Amino acid sequence: MPRPAGIFDNTQMGEACLAPTDMNKLKNTFDNLRDRHERAFIPFVTCGDPDMRVTKDLLLAYVEAGADIVEIGIPFTDPLADGPTIQRASERALASGATMEGALEMIADVRKKTDVPLVPMTYVNPVYQIGYEKFANLCHKAGADAVIISDLPPEEGAEWSAAAAKHNVGTVYLLAPTSNDNRVETVAKATTGFIYAVARMGVTGAKSDVPPEIGDLITRIGQHSDTPVCAGFGFSSPKQIRETCKSTSVDGIVVASALIDCFEKTSGSASERIAAAAKLAGELKAATRP
Amino acid sequence: MVALSELDAEYEKARRDPAFQEELQTLLRDYVGRPTPLYFAERLTEHFGGAKIYLKREDLLHTGAHKINNAVGQALLARRMGKPRLIAETGAGQHGVATATVAARFGFECDVYMGEEDMRRQELNVFRMRLLGTRVVGVGSGSKTLKDAMNEAMRDWVTNVRDTHYIVGTVAGPHPFPTMVRDFHAVIGQESKHQIQEHIGKLPDALVACIGGGSNAMGLFHEFVDDKDVRLIGVEGAGHGLKTPDHAAPLNRGSKGVLHGSLSYVMQDERGQILPTHSISAGLDYPGVGPEHSYLKDIGRAEYVAVTDKQALEALRLLCKLEGILPALESSHALAHLSTLAPELGKDGVIIVNLSGRGDKDVHTVQEAIG
Repeated sequence: MPRPAGIFDNTQMGEACLAPTDMNKLKNTFDNLRDRHERAFIPFVTCGDPDMRVTKDLLLAYVEAGADIVEIGIPFTDPLADGPTIQRASERALASGATMEGALEMIADVRKKTDVPLVPMTYVNPVYQIGYEKFANLCHKAGADAVIISDLPPEEGAEWSAAAAKHNVGTVYLLAPTSNDNRVETVAKATTGFIYAVARMGVTGAKSDVPPEIGDLITRIGQHSDTPVCAGFGFSSPKQIRETCKSTSVDGIVVASALIDCFEKTSGSASERIAAAAKLAGELKAATRP
Repeated sequence: MVALSELDAEYEKARRDPAFQEELQTLLRDYVGRPTPLYFAERLTEHFGGAKIYLKREDLLHTGAHKINNAVGQALLARRMGKPRLIAETGAGQHGVATATVAARFGFECDVYMGEEDMRRQELNVFRMRLLGTRVVGVGSGSKTLKDAMNEAMRDWVTNVRDTHYIVGTVAGPHPFPTMVRDFHAVIGQESKHQIQEHIGKLPDALVACIGGGSNAMGLFHEFVDDKDVRLIGVEGAGHGLKTPDHAAPLNRGSKGVLHGSLSYVMQDERGQILPTHSISAGLDYPGVGPEHSYLKDIGRAEYVAVTDKQALEALRLLCKLEGILPALESSHALAHLSTLAPELGKDGVIIVNLSGRGDKDVHTVQEAIG
């Protein structure tokens, strides 16, 4: 069977990247937050939207604004789990030439500047083309702490999980409100780093209400696992985040589309747009504090 | 994942339930119009001067294509599961029309996702779906064709999975869809096997069917997979030619990848990004293919060739002129391969071509293309 040419065969990254991954970084982050009765604020960036340089600056601005962990979207042509905002961001990024190599270089670059845990998110096909083992190694070398592969459920993910464990990279699997207790248990066991609780049925995209089912899902996950649980999909406002933190035992909140929307809508130079998104990030972070 | 395992379990139960099978058979006979004839195309046979050509007339089915076999089966399944709403993706509109039809027949609410480019080139089918009470949702992302419609249908499904059943229209997508859709279409091959025995007292030498996702081909092939002397030939859309990037032939030019929940041949770049496709036929304009076709290719059981837009158009005109049958552009791809295969097999040979759909929906496209 023909296989695409090995684009990572001659990568220079092995030499260029320092600061090897430390899976404890994620654990320490959650431990420290618990000590402070705080929840993690996890902003999301799409690599290469509009270009890698801006993504890097935006990411570091989020860290400056108080991000506890950053989720880094590596764009794929067919992002099945994502709504219109991230689809548009992915299309812009791909159109401007974003690649996996570029994303990993950017992550390695950011890693030199901050200790905040970095969690790349992508879809299974680009990873499959590189090979699970090789991708896990590349993520480790770049300094990523855990990886989310949105369309790879643990039922199909044994090979990836093993490769990730071997290279000391965490695997974040997703759980939806429809997951029954059996599945909650399976997914919780397979997850390292944190469990991603899909806060509402559907795809990503900013909404304004407190997701009605998230509390129940987090409670059910808690019955099977001590692994931290972070919720995402549809978080957009400080009020909504504050209420979710108050009414559930969630360990962190992921915000993606609302930040991208803000960055998209703001006019002006890249630094002005970054400043606007970072300001929103700061407000969202404040909502995760007691 | 939970929805998929529930569907899998329910389908396994339904499959073994005599009442389900009886209702399905009755509907296939009285509503859908099965069995379809296996027609000896005498003048087409004479024209090529080679093997005897038989056409499996799925174009004569209610709604005009094989897609209804699967739509009826899955609608019965959705009703068993107590889901009041159906969704579907469609390329040429045939699966959309089939789904809209069963939605009307059984009283489901129904939304069909269709790429904006396909809505333009299959306008007639868009109107038919609306007449049947279905909402047609245009998809303007990506290439605005079948792949993007499937993305959007999946997004709808994960959002509304509690009250919605997604009738995947081809033998692709996550398990159990590839096997389930194949099973609902396997009647095509079962009837053909019986009918060809009645015509000539033996099995054919070759089966030919077009491949987009591959449902009509899988339906015809499945019954014959163990009959090693019967060649199974799938015909992909070569668009402007396999040497150009403008085609839809993953089995001929793709590589292994994961799209829409299954591992199969996919048209992609070296970084695993899915490539745009082109085929004059909206139903074949898809960068992936059902995983069982990839399997049949890898084990050497089936052969996969491709014909260009131009060849398909010629075949369409030929069938009109010689047999008085207007085939769908999709099916015309299968017919176009006859000019190679019929002479190759010679006068002793026998070929069954799956005439998977009728071409009324394509007259605009054909008019545009041939002027």
